[in-house]
Parts: sequence; C-alpha cells; structure tokens
Amino acid sequence: MNWILLLEQTLNGLQLGILLFLLAAGLTLIFGIMDLINLAHGSLYMMGAYFAATFTQWTNSFFLGVLLTLPACMLFGIIVESIALRKLYTRSHLDQVLATFGLILFFNELVRLIWGPIGLDIPLPDILNGSVELFFGIRYPAFRLVIIFAGITVALLLYLLVSRTKIGMLIRAGASNRQMVSALGVNINLLYTIVFGLGSALAGLAGLMAAPIMTVEIGMGEGILIVTFVVIVIGGVGSIRGAFVAALLVGFIDTVGRSFLPDILGLFVSNDVADTAAPAISSMLIYVLMALILAIRPQGLFPPKGV
Amino acid sequence: MIGLGAVPLIADAIDEPFYTVLFSRMLILSIGAVSLNLILGYGGMVSFGHAVYLGIGSYVVGIGTLHAVEDGVTWMGDGFIHMAVAVCASAIAALFIGAISLRTRGVYFIMITLAFAQMFYFIAVGNESYGGDDGLSLYMRSDFSGLLDLSNDNTLYYLNFGFLIITLYLSHRLIKSRFGMLIRGAKSNEQRMRSIGFPVFRYRLVAFILSGAICGLAGVLSANQTDFVSPSVMHWTRSGDLIIMIVLGGMGTLFGPVIGAVAFLFLEEFLSEFTEYWQIFFGPLLVLVVIFGQGGIDGILVRLDNWWSKSSLSKQKQ
Repeated sequence: MNWILLLEQTLNGLQLGILLFLLAAGLTLIFGIMDLINLAHGSLYMMGAYFAATFTQWTNSFFLGVLLTLPACMLFGIIVESIALRKLYTRSHLDQVLATFGLILFFNELVRLIWGPIGLDIPLPDILNGSVELFFGIRYPAFRLVIIFAGITVALLLYLLVSRTKIGMLIRAGASNRQMVSALGVNINLLYTIVFGLGSALAGLAGLMAAPIMTVEIGMGEGILIVTFVVIVIGGVGSIRGAFVAALLVGFIDTVGRSFLPDILGLFVSNDVADTAAPAISSMLIYVLMALILAIRPQGLFPPKGV
Repeated sequence: MIGLGAVPLIADAIDEPFYTVLFSRMLILSIGAVSLNLILGYGGMVSFGHAVYLGIGSYVVGIGTLHAVEDGVTWMGDGFIHMAVAVCASAIAALFIGAISLRTRGVYFIMITLAFAQMFYFIAVGNESYGGDDGLSLYMRSDFSGLLDLSNDNTLYYLNFGFLIITLYLSHRLIKSRFGMLIRGAKSNEQRMRSIGFPVFRYRLVAFILSGAICGLAGVLSANQTDFVSPSVMHWTRSGDLIIMIVLGGMGTLFGPVIGAVAFLFLEEFLSEFTEYWQIFFGPLLVLVVIFGQGGIDGILVRLDNWWSKSSLSKQKQ
C-alpha cells in the first residue's frame, strides 16, 4: 500500500469530516433544542456557497467575501426561521419534513432564478491556491489545510460556547427541558432564533469552504444533507460530541473507501470485477456503517442524556 | 373513480392521447401512494424512502427487457415474471430496510429510511453495466404473451386502473382486519399494544414489507409507462413527492392518496405550463398547506360536507 497516498486521503477524509461536522452540529443543535427536523439545512449550505461567490465577485477579495458571507447566512437563517419555521415547532415531524421539503424546492428555484442554472466557480487568492509542504516532502493543498484548521477551531469554540457560557447553559437547559426553561423566565423564542442563526452560520461556513473545491451548483446541499443525517444518526441525535466523532468517522471511511476499495477488493476477486464493483460498494460503505452501528446501538454512539 | 375509468375514451374522443398518459401516471403514482399510506397514514411510520421500491420494480423491467431484446432470453421479457420478481425483490429490500429502521422511532426512522434510499440510489448510479447515471431505454414493454398488448397506451391504462382498484380493495380489507387494527392501534399507543401482548415490531415489519411489495408492482407499471428506467426514479425527492401526495390528499384515508396523486400531477402540469419555475410557487404552497390545511383535500371535503349539512339543518329549523 502507498503510505503517502494513504496520508493524503486521511487528510482529505478529515477535511470532509470537518465539513460534515459543521453541518451536523447546526442540525443536531436545532433538533435537540427545538425538536425540529430541518431538511432545508442543505439549502442554507447552498446559500453559503452562493453568497460567497457573489460577495467575492463584488469585493474582488475572497477574504472580504468570507467576512460578508457569515453574517449574511446568519441573517438569512433568522429570516427563514421567523417567517416559516417558527410555526412548525409544535407540529409533528411529518409536517416539519413536508414544510421544509417545500422550502428546498423554493430555494432551489430561487437560486436558479437569480444566479442561473449554470454552476459557479470561486477563484481562490494566490496564498491559498498553492500547496504546503508537510513533512517527508509531502505536499498538500493549502486551502484544504485551512478548512481543517478553521473547522477544528470552530469545533473548539462551539464546545466552549456550549459548555462555558451563559447562552450555552441556556442551550443545554433548553435541550433537556424546554418548558422549565421557559417557566423560569427565559425568552425561549429569542433562544430559538439565536440557535437557528448559529446553525445557519455554521452551515453557511461549510458551504463557503466547500465552494472553492466543489462547484457551486443548485441542489449541492441535498446530497451532503443526507450524509449529514447519517452522521447525526450514528452520533446520536442531539449530541454535538457524537456529531463530531461520527462526522470524522464518516468522512474518513467515505474518502479512504473510495480510493482504496478497488485495491482491497482486488486482493479477493479478479481486477475486472473489482473495478466495476468498487464504485457501487464504496458509495454504500457509510450506509453499511450506519446499519451496523444501529443494529448494535439503536440510539447512536452518544445518545443525549435524559431522553 | 368511475370518471377515471372513462379517461381513455374521452381522450380518444377529443383526440388528445396525452391525457391518457398523464392519467396513467396518476394511477401508477396513486398505487405507490396508497401503498405508502398503509404504513404512513395508518401505521404512523414516516418512511422517507418509498421510491426505492418504485426503482426496484422499474429496474426489474429494465434489466429483464434488456436481456430479452439483446440476448434473446425471451422469458426475461415476460410480464408475469417481471411482476413476481419485482414483488419479491421489493419485499426483500423492505425486509432489510425495515428490520433495521423499525428498531428506531420518530426522527431517527425518517432519517434512516432516507439514508437507505440514498444507498439504493447510489447502487443504481454506480451500476455501469445497466446504464449507470444515464439509465436504460426500454426497447419493449413487459410481454403478457397474447393476453394483453401493453404497447397500446389504453391497454396499459386499464391495467394500471385494474391494479389501483385491487390495491384499494386490498388496503380497505387490510385496514379493517385484525392486522390493520393492530397497526393502527400501535400508531396511537404502542405501549398499550405491547402490554396486551402483541409483538408490535413483527406486525410493523410485515406491514412495511407488504407496502414495499405493492409499491414494487407500481414500479413495474411505471417502467412500462415511461419506456425508460434511470436512478432518478428512486431519487429522494420522489419519496418526498409520494409523502406530499398522501398529505395533500389526506393521510389515513382510503381515497386520500389517490386524490393527492391526481391533484399533485395536475398542479405540476398546470404550474409548469404557467411558468418554468413552477416549484417557486409549489414550495410555498406546500408550506401553507402544512401550516393551515389539516387533513388535506379529503379533510377539506369532509369539513365542507359538515358545514353543508349544518347550514341546511339550520335552514330547515328556520
């Protein structure tokens, strides 16, 4: 086996895992606190990418674009929450699925109307466009390293926010007993809006970081949304720690599986069979992983306490 | 329903065979929606992956006819065999999906069925020998040796119509039976059902499999209707469409899914004629239906009926 390739793919897996974590953290927070299953979370990711593309074009600077995108995503999320989603918190999950499915249709068409059906590219500034020498002469794209570091920083900040600050205390309290928090005089609606804004910003961050390495296109949020669901189910719905572990696990298995499965299969069956079967099997891997974990622990790896 | 039976005649009379095809699609999706309604409407199991079975049924026809035409294996083009294989394959897939996902509840269940559907979707995309992403064109329709000639759209229409009637009858009998009572009972209070001593999981699993098998049959019909099979048949939005049809029509009612399927395709047809960006209207419409319209079209009809009888009663009093 080629060790340099393995290291490179591990880093790629880590980078995908980080993106998944940013999405999963928002989704699982929103679910844990408001009991809302939000299919349109992928749309927020897509909007992040499109906002980033537009702002980068306007300001001619990727960094300024990023700085503008994050608050724009947060604002966008807050608007969506207060217009459409607020009425859904007390509804059944089926109603929530349907309404947010409707939102996906709406946002996809809206994007097609505003930005056109063709995908966009975001040019990276020169500093980020090159590659960095790690150790033993292995080179790795600089931007992907930035994604990994930015993601880990955000994960740490999120951990500190939830476990060390007053707002984090309210978030945790809201997740375990909503009525009690509201009875104690906390403005629960404001808390919901803040959490939703936070989740939108995280999704937008994931979108803008994914934008330069994948194309910005309509429906880009849907495929990754389903993978995010897999992450949340594996990690345990409502648990941020679970989302982190599961996101890295899924990112790693998916990436490494895709690049090494043909070789591994080739050890057992003829190369022809391995080459044709590998793409189908490698895209199944994460779902098989989900099935295995659910068969052993139906509540996921880190089920939230008190549920 | 009787009106639906006359569609091909009317369409032929006004020389618009397009309507026969449109209504044929309505009938097929109705079968799919009725089968999903069995578990979603009556059993409270929100499966977000029901299009998988449509896909399995379609691929059975696609793969079968491909071998029948290209390799001359005539039995693989046989319609009865297509149906039998589609039902069995869908049932096995449903057994696999159901056995794992039914161990969980609520949001978990929704996400897991969605994830497994995506898995089947990727299997179809990755399967290059049967068209992969591009899909397969059918060079023949299922062959019911001399009994039925499916190349005639009207014959196919009445086949679809017949299957819809059978599905509705079956679903009616099933819901009224002891089995159906149990499924409905488990929806409203699972713990009580369990404490009475019923193995709820097993009953649910059987309902799940049955629903998948019926939907697989709809897949066979759908492939014959469109003469084309591709992974998009089981794209996750298709599963969403099926749920929309049920909720639009009124879930947990016998005819609700049929009304929903007809309304859904009409809306699609009407709005897309009106504007290319029809989903920009359909999306918010859906949100409004969820927020304000409870019980779907069926519920509105019932409420209208109540209101009508009330107002006529008060008139009589006057």
